[in-house]
Amino acid sequence: MNALGSLVLVSALAGLGFAGGQVAGLRPLFGMIIPYAAFLTFLLGVSYRILVWMRSPVPFRIPTTCGQQKSLPWITPSRLENPSSTLGVIGRMALEIGLFRSLFRNTRAELREGPRLAYGEAGLLWLGALLFHWSFLFIVLRHLRFFLEPVPGVVNALAGLDNFFQIGAPSLYVTDVLLAGALGYLLLRRLVNPQVRYISLFADYFALFLLLGIAVSGILMRYVVRIDTVAAKHLALGLVTFSPVVPEEVGPLFFVHLFLLSVLAAYFPFSKLMHMGGAFLSPTRNLANNSRMKRHVNPWNYGVPVHTYEEWEDEFRDKIKAAGLPLEKE
Amino acid sequence: MSDRGLIVGGLVLFLGLVTLPVWYNVAAGRTAKPPELTLPTQAKSCVAPVEYMRASHMDLLMTWRDDVVRQGERTFVGLDGKTYAKSLTGTCMACHVNRAEFCDRCHDYAAVTPTCWECHLESRQVQRTAR
Repeated sequence: MNALGSLVLVSALAGLGFAGGQVAGLRPLFGMIIPYAAFLTFLLGVSYRILVWMRSPVPFRIPTTCGQQKSLPWITPSRLENPSSTLGVIGRMALEIGLFRSLFRNTRAELREGPRLAYGEAGLLWLGALLFHWSFLFIVLRHLRFFLEPVPGVVNALAGLDNFFQIGAPSLYVTDVLLAGALGYLLLRRLVNPQVRYISLFADYFALFLLLGIAVSGILMRYVVRIDTVAAKHLALGLVTFSPVVPEEVGPLFFVHLFLLSVLAAYFPFSKLMHMGGAFLSPTRNLANNSRMKRHVNPWNYGVPVHTYEEWEDEFRDKIKAAGLPLEKE
Repeated sequence: MSDRGLIVGGLVLFLGLVTLPVWYNVAAGRTAKPPELTLPTQAKSCVAPVEYMRASHMDLLMTWRDDVVRQGERTFVGLDGKTYAKSLTGTCMACHVNRAEFCDRCHDYAAVTPTCWECHLESRQVQRTAR
């Protein structure tokens, strides 16, 4: 059972973080050494994978085209679906990364009575993914309040926007609700839909449970089991100013949050989560479809001696003329 | 490839953004020091233990607000058996006189913007001078 296995693993990791926060001797390990090591792994791992991908040859244009190609002037080209210029590619990539345009086209197929194959829209995955990613970005940016001193106005403005409804104190962040809901949906989708469940791997569930663990521990700390926020910031600020401290007041729940985050950061470069960088580098999206306007020569082509038609015609010109055959060039 | 510069540039930009807190704090010459508070001199104990007040004072204040505004219950019995009036200005700020040197220090540090003082006056002192 992939789902159960990854749940057990994430729970064990959370338990490890909790224990690390309880045992006095382990607190420096879980509060300083592991976060540093994990973040370093993240930076080096992501850089390494991007550099490896950068060296992959992309000799030809292989964009997926979903619209009319640019051809004759009186045929309207589809500038975003089949971009022929850099500007079009930028527009396409912006929509792809900001709004997951290709995921929006997601369809589902089901066998109805008859038997008859029916296709329908399946926009819920797109919505769930969009809500999750944007909420996650918001939450990460909001967390800058723990890492920057003095806190810049942008971060405060973002938090102000996020607690727009001013429910309770500390006030409810909308993105917390959206993130937990979206993650819950993405997990349920894998568990409930038989086809999706069949192709779901251990890593798929692990990433979801890990993110859920981080989200739930964070939500608990803010709304249920309150922690000393000033001490938490002291620890975070200590890490980024290279003068790490683990204040007494920081509780075990904070260590669960921090340890699961460390696991996520260290796991990131080795996992499917690298789609964060990969999305920018996918050649089926980021290349302009200009194969008919510009000749792309494979750079490592072997130099083959060729005899073109023009050369052949020059060679046998008088003989062709004598035989009365048509010539390209008189 | 012509894209190499673009990819390396993007990667450097990403690494710079991810490590932004380091550059920001180094440039500002910050240390991790938490804020120092001016503690009241006349009173020895608060309405609840320090650990509770540090983490959950907002819960207490919200409960007080609801009790006073909706139920009209205005007295609070602390853990030490003493009775207090459920009042931010009258009880809390009678000891913690200076908002700027007590409340705001932590709130600014943790980037919290409570809405208390949109209605409440800061302290009796302010009230008296206003009169």
